Amino acid sequence: MSEITPELVRHLAGLARILVSDEEVEQFTKQLSVIADSVAHVSKAIDADTPSTSHPIAMANVFREDVVEPSLSQAEALSGAPDSAEGRFKVNAILDEE
Amino acid sequence: MAKAELMNYEQALEQFEVVIGLEVHVELNTNTKMFCGCKNEFGNEPNTNVCPICIALPGALPAVNKTAVESSIKIGLSLGCEIAPNGRFARKNYFYPDLAKNFQTSQYDEPIAFEGSLDVEVPSGKVHTVLIERAHMEEDAGKLTHIGGSTGRIQGAEYSLVDYNRAGVPLVEIVTKPVYGAGAEAPELAAAYVRSIREIVKGLGVSDARMERGNVRCDANVSLRKHGAEKLGTRTETKNVNSLRSIERAVRYEIQRQAHILANGGTIIQETRHWHEDKGATSAGRPKSDADDYRYFPEPDLVPVQPSLELIEALRATLPEKPADRRKRLASEWGFSELEFRDVVNADLLDQLEETVAAGAKPQAARKWWMGELARIANESEEGAVPNITPAQVAELAKLIEDGKINDRLAREVLAYVLAGEGSPAEVVAARGLEVVSDDGALIAAIEAALASQPDVIPAIREGRMQAAGQVIGAVMKAMAGSADAARVRELLIEMANK
Amino acid sequence: MTDLIRKTASELAALISSGEVSSVEVTRAHLDRSEAVDGAVHSYLYQNPESSLIAAAEADRARAAGEVSSPLAGVPIAVKDNLTTTDAPTTSGSKILEGWQPPYDATVVKKLRAAGMPILGKTNLDEFAMGSSTEFSAYGPSKNPWDLTRIPGGSGGGSSSVVASFQAPLAIGSDTGGSIRFPGAVTGTVGTKPTYGAVSRYGLVALASSLDQIGPVARNVLDAAMLQDVIAGHDPHDSTSLPESLGSMTAAAKKLDVKGMRFGVINQLAGEGFQPGVAARFKESLNLLSAAGAEIVEVDCPSFEYAIAAYYLILPAEASSNLAKFDSVRFGMRVEPGENATIERVMAATREAGFGPEVKRRIILGTYALSSGSYDKFYGAALKVRTLIQRDFDAAFAKADILVSPTAPTTAFKFGEKIDDPIAMYLNDIATIPANLAGIPGISVPNGLAEEDSLPVGIQLLAPAREDARLYQAGAWLERAHEEIWGKRMIDFAPELEVK
Repeated sequence: MSEITPELVRHLAGLARILVSDEEVEQFTKQLSVIADSVAHVSKAIDADTPSTSHPIAMANVFREDVVEPSLSQAEALSGAPDSAEGRFKVNAILDEE
Repeated sequence: MAKAELMNYEQALEQFEVVIGLEVHVELNTNTKMFCGCKNEFGNEPNTNVCPICIALPGALPAVNKTAVESSIKIGLSLGCEIAPNGRFARKNYFYPDLAKNFQTSQYDEPIAFEGSLDVEVPSGKVHTVLIERAHMEEDAGKLTHIGGSTGRIQGAEYSLVDYNRAGVPLVEIVTKPVYGAGAEAPELAAAYVRSIREIVKGLGVSDARMERGNVRCDANVSLRKHGAEKLGTRTETKNVNSLRSIERAVRYEIQRQAHILANGGTIIQETRHWHEDKGATSAGRPKSDADDYRYFPEPDLVPVQPSLELIEALRATLPEKPADRRKRLASEWGFSELEFRDVVNADLLDQLEETVAAGAKPQAARKWWMGELARIANESEEGAVPNITPAQVAELAKLIEDGKINDRLAREVLAYVLAGEGSPAEVVAARGLEVVSDDGALIAAIEAALASQPDVIPAIREGRMQAAGQVIGAVMKAMAGSADAARVRELLIEMANK
Repeated sequence: MTDLIRKTASELAALISSGEVSSVEVTRAHLDRSEAVDGAVHSYLYQNPESSLIAAAEADRARAAGEVSSPLAGVPIAVKDNLTTTDAPTTSGSKILEGWQPPYDATVVKKLRAAGMPILGKTNLDEFAMGSSTEFSAYGPSKNPWDLTRIPGGSGGGSSSVVASFQAPLAIGSDTGGSIRFPGAVTGTVGTKPTYGAVSRYGLVALASSLDQIGPVARNVLDAAMLQDVIAGHDPHDSTSLPESLGSMTAAAKKLDVKGMRFGVINQLAGEGFQPGVAARFKESLNLLSAAGAEIVEVDCPSFEYAIAAYYLILPAEASSNLAKFDSVRFGMRVEPGENATIERVMAATREAGFGPEVKRRIILGTYALSSGSYDKFYGAALKVRTLIQRDFDAAFAKADILVSPTAPTTAFKFGEKIDDPIAMYLNDIATIPANLAGIPGISVPNGLAEEDSLPVGIQLLAPAREDARLYQAGAWLERAHEEIWGKRMIDFAPELEVK
């Protein structure tokens, strides 16, 4: 039995910065419960000793020399910005203290 | 901002044991950013050192700066750390406008360096061994400017502007284990620790280490517990401590603030606090809560970092002298007393003295000028202002005195003109004619003029009452605006008396 | 020549190279085809005929000047719209990127341009490549040219349908769990997911970073091989890109010999529970192979039982992080939910409006899979399952040179059939997902029609990591063996599209 509740869905949506309607919360709760239940059995296949694989093809030590490469121009950087001012990206006021 | 109540410091230490923890972020001085080839440079037009990677355009991928990795290893080695044979980067996920990807590429449970220690000496002379938990690699965020509010801070701002030039600059975060047993010296220890870190990274050449530029940043964690208690108290984390002085003051403040709350039966809120240098106080920030679920997972776009033993040893061989060893060596070379040397270190003038001595000055002369007149001048000007003189110039000044070309009084005058930007000491002396007058003819003339109004002096000297000479010397110095060689005046006067 | 659009890419390359036909003619023929049929098929999200023809003209000029850009010089190509292009918007099938003009080209796009291949347009996909049918594209689905009431597969349904409807001889796709191979199977075309790291991901709008790969889409195996040779290669911009070259796929596709090769049938993907026609065609191909001197062996991969679950933990988790950058600040949509909204509210409202339901579902699931307290049970566990899947493949490849399975359990289903049932939708990928988890290469080659619905069926070949060449060698042989039996190419069975 999965622990996906509407409260959890709202909390996750908050973490993911997605506004969700009540309808969506209900729908997602149902759908995610089904999915979560079906994926939960994954933990049966493994034990504490099974190593994890984060990279499918094993490689290591890939580095870049500390040499300057061309940057975008300020105009290019701002080209997609919905709003900008004084050469910078403009955003609405921030709620939280940093 | 309501001012918090503070318990008297000594009282606080009597009632509670202080535990501190320090997180220091060191900005590396590499040519390029951590994960892209954009310039790592301060002071350019906004958003001109950016690329698809550091402004997180869809499709962009990171590529690790080799020098940053090597610098991180060197820092770890300098702190006596183990270097991880296998480590990965990790994503720290949270949303904030200065974090272009809305995750920071950092390291989580596999830092590049871990388990080290650093001996730190506080002003009292006591040495504390600070244990280092870890040092890991991460990237800096962009710079937010808040517009429209009255304070330039977030509250009341209408909107914010983001500059990503700083986004992606390589950082090394050094985290101590909880530091016990510092007692009343906790504030000084915190500052001394950060000072040591600065010395180390500057000595390694991996960072410019200028706190006022943000090259070295410190977050101070403070918690209190009753003496003998086993469990650690709730800690607060104080940010925005931008100087060594602030670190000391902030730690001290938090001890007093927390002591007052606890002594009155209250509880400490686990939170991030903000230090206000002007008010000399911390203020409450956002409470640390479950909202800080960073959902760390290994960064899939980067492959593991596995430094070979050969590389680690090669880097170890490039390490310069340890600060503690350097200090011992200099102290003995210069022949300072323990107290004299410690004063220099605590005044952050060790580098200046070393350079001044290297430029030819005698150690005591270098100390006298930097700790004396120059320190006085620096204190009188604004916080953080650096005197407009180089160690080489100070050495030159000291040499002019040593050679008898100028005396102390003249030297002070010369110094003022050098600081005003008129040139080197020798240039100033020449341009303004500030050399000590040692021309016997001129001196004799001045002595005779002084004697004219003080006829009793010569007989007094002949009778052995040497103090009388002082009046004439004083008068001659005054008449010659201090440029007479006082010792020579005295000699001539005595010769004349004995003729 | 009106039948320029029916030629293979290698035929076109030869005609262009000999000067018999110009790139402009070829490109124009395909643009004309789009005008005639794309209203019905909807493969493209964006076309700019003028700029395609300019690139074609440049290819002609270069050829005339004796400059050889590549074996496919002058041959036009379509590009999936999750690859950045500086001269065309890149939407990734989402409203949140509507009209976004990237300031940089993806590495693969750079290679295509350097190879003298004009780009015909950007093809449709499920939003952010999440889906198996293009029904989740914010711009409407693409249709299967074999039957316009059916899905062309997904997420790369635009690329497969553009090639299957002769609007382009070649296309570029991306494959995270089957997004090239499944569309290939249901449209009777060829699609390859190369070894992870063989093709640079720089400029590919990331879905699941440890699973995504870019690959070729074509109507035959040799064309796909030639295209893979153009786009593959180490890229310093992609830290996961393989340092070494994997050799010539073109040469491998010309070998046409499977004698002595061992083909492993995976017990868990042998056709049980699959649509009857799919299973039947699969068995017939196995017979073909063994009749030609190939050895057929059985291999067992028990961990595959957990593959879909692991995939639907890894993908949403990585995607939830990759998609966090869509926050209204530096590019894309911005929604202001009322006056004086804080940036947090703007971000949340923008993402609400800009992301479709499948994307939101997966982001929330992914956030859950990574959240504190859940990591070990979900994402952490999935990373361990991945190890088991790799081990099963390693054991299988000790007994076989190539593994085979039907590409998908069914033929193309009708629109709307699975859209309300995420699990049913996810099961389309049951055979393709393991290769992405393990990073090994896979190809889908046309395998005939299912008799119950006369719709295309695909056979999937898998090889060990870095052994992509084996896929082209065996795939080309199978293709020719089939054509000898059918008397024509697979795609020639497709019904003629009504021309506007």
